[in-house]
Amino acid sequence: MISLRFPAHLVSTGFGPAADGVGHVLVTPEDLLPVIALALLAGLGGKSYGRRVLFTLPASWLVGGLLGMALGWALPFAATAFSFLVLGGLVATDRPFDERLGTALAVALGVMHGQMSGVEMVGAGLGVNGLLGAVGALFVLVSLITGLVVSLSRDWTRIAVRVAGSWILAIGLLYLGWTLGGSG
Amino acid sequence: MFAVAAIVGLATLPMPLAAHEGGSVAGLLSGLYHPVSGLDHVLAMVAVGIWGAQLGAPAIWVLPITFPVVMASGGMVALLGVGLPGTEVGIGLSALLLGAMVALERRPDLWIAAALVGFFAVFHGYAHGTELPEGQSGLLYSIGFVVATGGLHAAGIGLGEVRRWPWGGSALRLAGTGIALAGVWFTWGALMR
Repeated sequence: MISLRFPAHLVSTGFGPAADGVGHVLVTPEDLLPVIALALLAGLGGKSYGRRVLFTLPASWLVGGLLGMALGWALPFAATAFSFLVLGGLVATDRPFDERLGTALAVALGVMHGQMSGVEMVGAGLGVNGLLGAVGALFVLVSLITGLVVSLSRDWTRIAVRVAGSWILAIGLLYLGWTLGGSG
Repeated sequence: MFAVAAIVGLATLPMPLAAHEGGSVAGLLSGLYHPVSGLDHVLAMVAVGIWGAQLGAPAIWVLPITFPVVMASGGMVALLGVGLPGTEVGIGLSALLLGAMVALERRPDLWIAAALVGFFAVFHGYAHGTELPEGQSGLLYSIGFVVATGGLHAAGIGLGEVRRWPWGGSALRLAGTGIALAGVWFTWGALMR
């Protein structure tokens, strides 16, 4: 594993590192879309799984981020394409799954993306405060999306969530193509 | 309201610091524009939505879920540099056959409908997959592209809902005939090139 420079999406809000960390998550589609997919999946999985993801993902992200800061390396950014594929696919198919497997997905997503995030935070000089801002933003984002999906009761609304999952899967396929094809 | 506030909030954030960000917004806009810039693509997408509405559940959501995923697979194939002959002819035929399905109100088994839509989706994805303008973000282009395509499907489904009115069925069949005729024109043009 070698140190890699990532295509960072760093923002300067003028409100300090924590706010910059919030902005970082919101303008990084490589992180944002898999998180949205996981939140949708958590919502489809019901209240219990939703609560589990709500706390597991930010905690894992924090651990991954601290690891990234300490070690200075992470997987290549292109690895995030697989998050799109796996999570988007699971949302699109909407099949029942074991909560333990779902929790493992949240941990894997958090550690992998968090580690990338941590390396970027160091590069941007945002430090732990930036990472905490990012984690806080994730908590809010996941709680809003998961809460919304859990509350959906009509059949067509659940289908709309599945369509969103298929879009994320499709975006992941194209992203993988850009990455493996060496463009974009 | 929340969505509008979120968009406004994001839009007013200060400019990103890092490299390649200049291409981000342009990539998103290019992706959003691309699917609506060609009449052949637009008509085929709308036909998918209308046909889904005609078929009802579960096709109404299976077809719009199938199309973007298979289309993206076609785009990925193109990005990997794999050749696909007859792309333009395939796109022309997609408008022709999908329009005909709408015009004739054909109701095949779901797997046949999904396979037909998926088969043509490959050509659409392939044609658009390699057209990212220089210096723009491939990921944001992809997001815009998929969202715009989904929007066209939604428009088709919306149009297809006129079937609930007494005159709706006839109007949809007429629209399907128009799409099929346009498909003949697209196919002919592709064959003559």
